[in-house]
Amino acid sequence: MRIGSLAEIRFERRRKSLGRKGILITVSAVLIGILLAGLFFSLIGVSPVFAYKRILIGSFGSMSGWREILRKAIPLMMCGAGLAIAFRGLFWNIGAEGQIIAGAVAATWVALSLEQAPSWVLLPSMFGLGFLFGAAWCIIPALLWAKLKVNEVITTLMLNYVVISLATFLVDGPWKGSSQYGYPYTDTFVDSARIPFIQGTRIPFLTLILAPLFCVGLYLLLTRSRAGYEIKVTGYNPKAARYAGMSFTKTLFLIAVISGGLAGIAGVGEVAGVHGKLSYPEDISSGYGFTAIIVAWLARLNPLGVVVSSIFVSGLLVGGDAIRTGGVPAASIDIFMGLILLMLVSTEIFRSYEIKIGGGGAS
Amino acid sequence: MLHRAIVYGTPLLLATVGEIYAERSGVLNLGVEGMMSIGAVVAFGVSLSTGNAWLGVMAAAAAAGALSLVHGFASINLRANQVVSGLALTMLGLGISGLLGKAYVGRPPGATIKGVEIPFLSEVPFLGKILFNQDPLVYASIAIAIVGWFVLFRTRLGLNIRSCGENPGAADVSGISVYRIRHLSVFLGGLLAGLAGAYLSLVYVPSWTQGLTGGRGWIVIGLTIFAFWKPLRAIAAAYLFGLLFVLPYRLQPLGVHTSLLQTLPYIVTVIALVVLSRESIRKRMAAPGALTTPYVREEI
Repeated sequence: MRIGSLAEIRFERRRKSLGRKGILITVSAVLIGILLAGLFFSLIGVSPVFAYKRILIGSFGSMSGWREILRKAIPLMMCGAGLAIAFRGLFWNIGAEGQIIAGAVAATWVALSLEQAPSWVLLPSMFGLGFLFGAAWCIIPALLWAKLKVNEVITTLMLNYVVISLATFLVDGPWKGSSQYGYPYTDTFVDSARIPFIQGTRIPFLTLILAPLFCVGLYLLLTRSRAGYEIKVTGYNPKAARYAGMSFTKTLFLIAVISGGLAGIAGVGEVAGVHGKLSYPEDISSGYGFTAIIVAWLARLNPLGVVVSSIFVSGLLVGGDAIRTGGVPAASIDIFMGLILLMLVSTEIFRSYEIKIGGGGAS
Repeated sequence: MLHRAIVYGTPLLLATVGEIYAERSGVLNLGVEGMMSIGAVVAFGVSLSTGNAWLGVMAAAAAAGALSLVHGFASINLRANQVVSGLALTMLGLGISGLLGKAYVGRPPGATIKGVEIPFLSEVPFLGKILFNQDPLVYASIAIAIVGWFVLFRTRLGLNIRSCGENPGAADVSGISVYRIRHLSVFLGGLLAGLAGAYLSLVYVPSWTQGLTGGRGWIVIGLTIFAFWKPLRAIAAAYLFGLLFVLPYRLQPLGVHTSLLQTLPYIVTVIALVVLSRESIRKRMAAPGALTTPYVREEI
C-alpha cells in the first residue's frame, strides 16, 4: 500500500515464527474488539464504563452470574469443539444451530414415546438418538460437499431453517402438550427422562461433566490419532491429502459425525436438562450454533482452548443479558460478538507477517 | 401471485447481481444478510425522517456499501479468512440494524415507493398486470442486471474483474490493480445489497422488524451459484425463487401447516445446488478460480 509518494506500508513475512507469543495477538484482538464496542456504546449514548461494569458484575462478578455462565457454556463448549474439528478440515459447518435442534427433537421423541421406561433406558437412548440425528443433519451437507462439491456453507445453513420449521411444526401440532394450556410446548418430560440439576442451579450435572470431557477427547483425537492427522492435512492441503491416499469422503464423514453429533448432544442436554420439554427452537437454542463459531475461532480451533473460550463467550452472553436490564438493547451483544470475531479474523495476518514502513519511493 | 413473485424476487435479484460482482473478482461476501439488514433499517429510518423514499434508498445503499468496505479491507488487505469475516459482518450488520431499528418497530413507513402503470402495456391481459404494473425499483433491478451483464462480459472493466477472480497473478502481471478491482467489486456488492434491503422495508413489506431479511441474504449466496455467476441468469433465478416464497401462501388454504411450507425455498435451494453440481455442468460453468483466495504478490 502506498501513502502518497513518500511512504509505503507493506506486510513482510516474519523471519521467526511467533510461537507462544501468538496468544498476544488473540488477546489484543479481543481487547481491540472490546475497545471498539466501548466506542460504539458511547455512540449510542451509553457510558462504556457503565456498560462494562454492568457486564462484568452481571456475569463474572456474581455467583448467579457464574451459574448462568456455566449453564450456557455447556452447549457452547460441545458445539465449539465440534466446530473446531470441522473448521480444521475446512468444512464450514454453519448448521450447528439446526443440528442442536435435530438432537433436541430426537430426545423429545424418545422422551414422549417411552414415558414408562426407567432412567437408565431413557437417558442413553435420548443421547444416542440425539447424537445420531445431529450427526445425520451434518452428514447430508458433508457428503454433498465431498461427493458433489456442493457449497457446504449454504447447505448447512439451509438445513437450519428446515429443521427449525420442522420443530416449530411439531411443537404447534402433533406434539403439543395436553397439559400446557395451549402454550407451544410439549408436555414436560417425566422425571426419568430428565437430567438432574446441580443443587440450587439450572445446570445439568451430566452435560457439565461431558462437555469438557468431549473437548479433551477431541484434542487427543486431533493430536494423537491418525484420523485427527488426516483431518488436519485435509484442511491444510487437500491435494496433498489426496496424494497421500486419504479418503476425502471418509474424513468428511468423520468430521460430520463429530461436529453434528456433538451439536445434537448439546440439544439433548438443553431439552432433557435445562428445559425439560421441547418448545419453539428459538427458546431451546438462542444462537448457540452461531455463537459456537466465535468460540471455536477464539480458541484457534483447538478443542482444549474451547473449554476456556466457551466460558469467556458465555460470560459475554450473560453480560449481555445483564445490560439488557440496564436499558441497553440486546442487539448490542450481537455487535460486540461481531466486532470481536472481526478483530480476531483481521489480526490473523500478524501471526505470519509484520508491518514494515518503507521510506522513499520505489527503486 | 405471479405479481407478488416478482416483487419478492426483486431484492434477491439486486443483491445477487452485487454478489456476482464480488465473487467474480474473487471475494466471497457472506455478509450480504447483514448488509441487506442495514439497508432495510437505514432506508426505513431515512424515509421516515425525510418523508422521501428515494433518499432512503440512496442512504441504504451508502450504508451497506460502507459496511462492505470493512469486509473488503479485512479480506483483501488483511487477507482474513473470507468465510469468517463475512459471518462476522453479518453479525455486525444484524446487530446494528436491530439496534437502530428499535425505534421503528411497528411504525408505518414514512414514505413508500408506489407502483407505476406503464400505459398501454399494462392493459395487456394477464401479462400486463404482472409485468407492467410494478414499482420503479423492479424495472431498475432488471436494468441493473442487464447493465451488469454488459459491463461484466462486454467491457474491459468486466474482463479485468473476471481475471482478478480467475487468476489474480496473471491480472497483476498485466498491470491490473487486483486490490482496487476487488475493493470496487465488493463495494458494488454492498451497494446493491443495501438497495435490496431498502426494497424490503419500503416496498415489499413495507415496514421494519427485527429479522426482516429472514435469511434472504443466504439465499442470495445460493442464487449466485444457480446463476452461474451470470447477471442475466440471476434474473430467472431470482424470480423463480420469488415464486417459491409466494407459493406457501397459496398452498396454505389446502391445509398444509405453514411451518412445513416455509421449508420449501430452503429445501429447493439445496436440491437445486445438488442438481447443478453434476460434473458436466460444473466443468462448463464453474466458480471463479480464485474465489476466497486472498491475493499475495509473491516475493521472488
